[in-house]
Amino acid sequence: MPLLTLANHLTDYPTPKNLNYWWTFGGILTFCLITQIVTGLTLAMHYIAHADMAFESVEHIMRDVNYGWLIRYIHANGASMFFLAVYIHIFRSLFYGSYKAPREIIWIIGIIIYLLMMAAAFMGYVLPWGQMSFWGATVITNLFSAIPLVGEGIVTWLWGGYSVDNPTLTRFFTLHYLIPFLILGLVVLHIWALHVPGNNNPIGIDIKKPSKDTVPFHPYIVIKDGFALLMFMIVFAFFVFYAPNILGHADNYIEANPMVTPAHIVPEWYLLPFYAILRSVPDKLLGVVAMLSAILILAVLPWLDTSKIRSAVFRPLYKQFYWILVADVLILGYVGAMPAEGLYLLIARVATAYYFLHFLVILPVLGFKEKTLPVPLSITEPVLGGSPNLAAARNKESKIE
Amino acid sequence: MSEKKTKRRDFLFTATTAVGAVGAAAVVWPMIDQMNPDASVKALASTEVDVSSLTPGNTLTVLWRGKPVFIRRRTQEEIDEARKVKMEDLIHPEKDEDRAKNPEWLVMLGVCTHLGCVPLNDKGDYNGWFCPCHGSHYDTSGRIRKGPAPWNMEVPKYEFVDANTIKIG
Repeated sequence: MPLLTLANHLTDYPTPKNLNYWWTFGGILTFCLITQIVTGLTLAMHYIAHADMAFESVEHIMRDVNYGWLIRYIHANGASMFFLAVYIHIFRSLFYGSYKAPREIIWIIGIIIYLLMMAAAFMGYVLPWGQMSFWGATVITNLFSAIPLVGEGIVTWLWGGYSVDNPTLTRFFTLHYLIPFLILGLVVLHIWALHVPGNNNPIGIDIKKPSKDTVPFHPYIVIKDGFALLMFMIVFAFFVFYAPNILGHADNYIEANPMVTPAHIVPEWYLLPFYAILRSVPDKLLGVVAMLSAILILAVLPWLDTSKIRSAVFRPLYKQFYWILVADVLILGYVGAMPAEGLYLLIARVATAYYFLHFLVILPVLGFKEKTLPVPLSITEPVLGGSPNLAAARNKESKIE
Repeated sequence: MSEKKTKRRDFLFTATTAVGAVGAAAVVWPMIDQMNPDASVKALASTEVDVSSLTPGNTLTVLWRGKPVFIRRRTQEEIDEARKVKMEDLIHPEKDEDRAKNPEWLVMLGVCTHLGCVPLNDKGDYNGWFCPCHGSHYDTSGRIRKGPAPWNMEVPKYEFVDANTIKIG
């Protein structure tokens, strides 16, 4: 059944005919996952998961293995590209209300995929056994020590010792190898679940399918997704060939040393907003709770947003709060990379407070208070002489593209 | 009559479930426990350090169980500073007398109790240690004074084997 669904997804699956380029990131993400799996399997043929040899084996891949540098740079930058695409995909959902009924299951599966991606990315970053690998692993695993009573026991169990060491490295390698296949399974479920209600679309209305509002996936969406993928691959190739280390940290080219902590520990860019939230709370346990809540709050988003209208195109107030949220997350990402002191700390605290305010107060209240614009009855309606209001809405929408 | 039958079934059902649960736990536990520190890791539980070369005001850092241990030979100034601190000023109240049995020697894990980074010597607002990761300040007794760390740096089990040798663990 899932296989039939996937085959159907690539052929005559009826798709809303007004899907814009923000809808092409599902296909791009599938490409990212396959790229990571293929390059990862290849790297695993040369990598040695041992505390004494891991760092050297990565250098061996970079210098000795034929095209090893290329494969490793694709894999390392591929992680960043994967997150870039997933963030666009998530914010697409937030703008067009794709998470709302009847698509809650798709959204929640997506959040689980996102959590697994973060776990895989974190453990993958540990494998080269550089200074950032080692100390990143130390800091992140120590988050569990914030749990009262059993915390220390859990950390020792995670480490398989009294510090991050060889047992930690070998188990991280095993899990890093496993998780992408779990993600692959969940992606199948994600697409399968999508096929029950069908795609959301930029005006967020329910459509009959198949009807004059839909086009078959092949060739229309295949060509559009293919073109977007090509554009994405240009960006990807730019990083791989012209700036392969710009997203990494120089300290990770120094072998792990348990005696010296680097002066400034920063996670990879895609985790920075959550790192900023962690540091903005002065209490250890509450900091960890705030960081986890910031992610898990997304899972209950379909019930926090009380508005019946999906697309922000018809929600003038939500549209503004949406862009404030985007700015807020970018600010959190910026201060996450800065030292946690002075003005940076203050900004991080305000931005953290706003993040939770958006989801816990603004969204629920907005659904009741907001005066939404009239929604068309079908996708074709505005084309066949719609009201001036709709023309205005469509104009705004094209600006966002 | 029917009541009696039900009871027999209940018993069998409960007994089967209980045995099944014990069996499942017996299978699951080894899978979980294999991740705990193994015998070879535990075997490295103690280390002996020669501290004869250490002069007052200096710190020796040694590796024990994969973690750095700070051995500080404190100056009289540092000892006085640590001992005159009032308990109510401390986030995690501990007397310096309890942390350093021999006041000249402070032995503790060089691991920040926040998220496990190694604090820097002779830094911070309290002349002790400063953790560069998230800004925790420790005093000359290794006690947390300011910042996100919840506890003082841990004092491990140690003893002087002779005048110049400390055994940690």
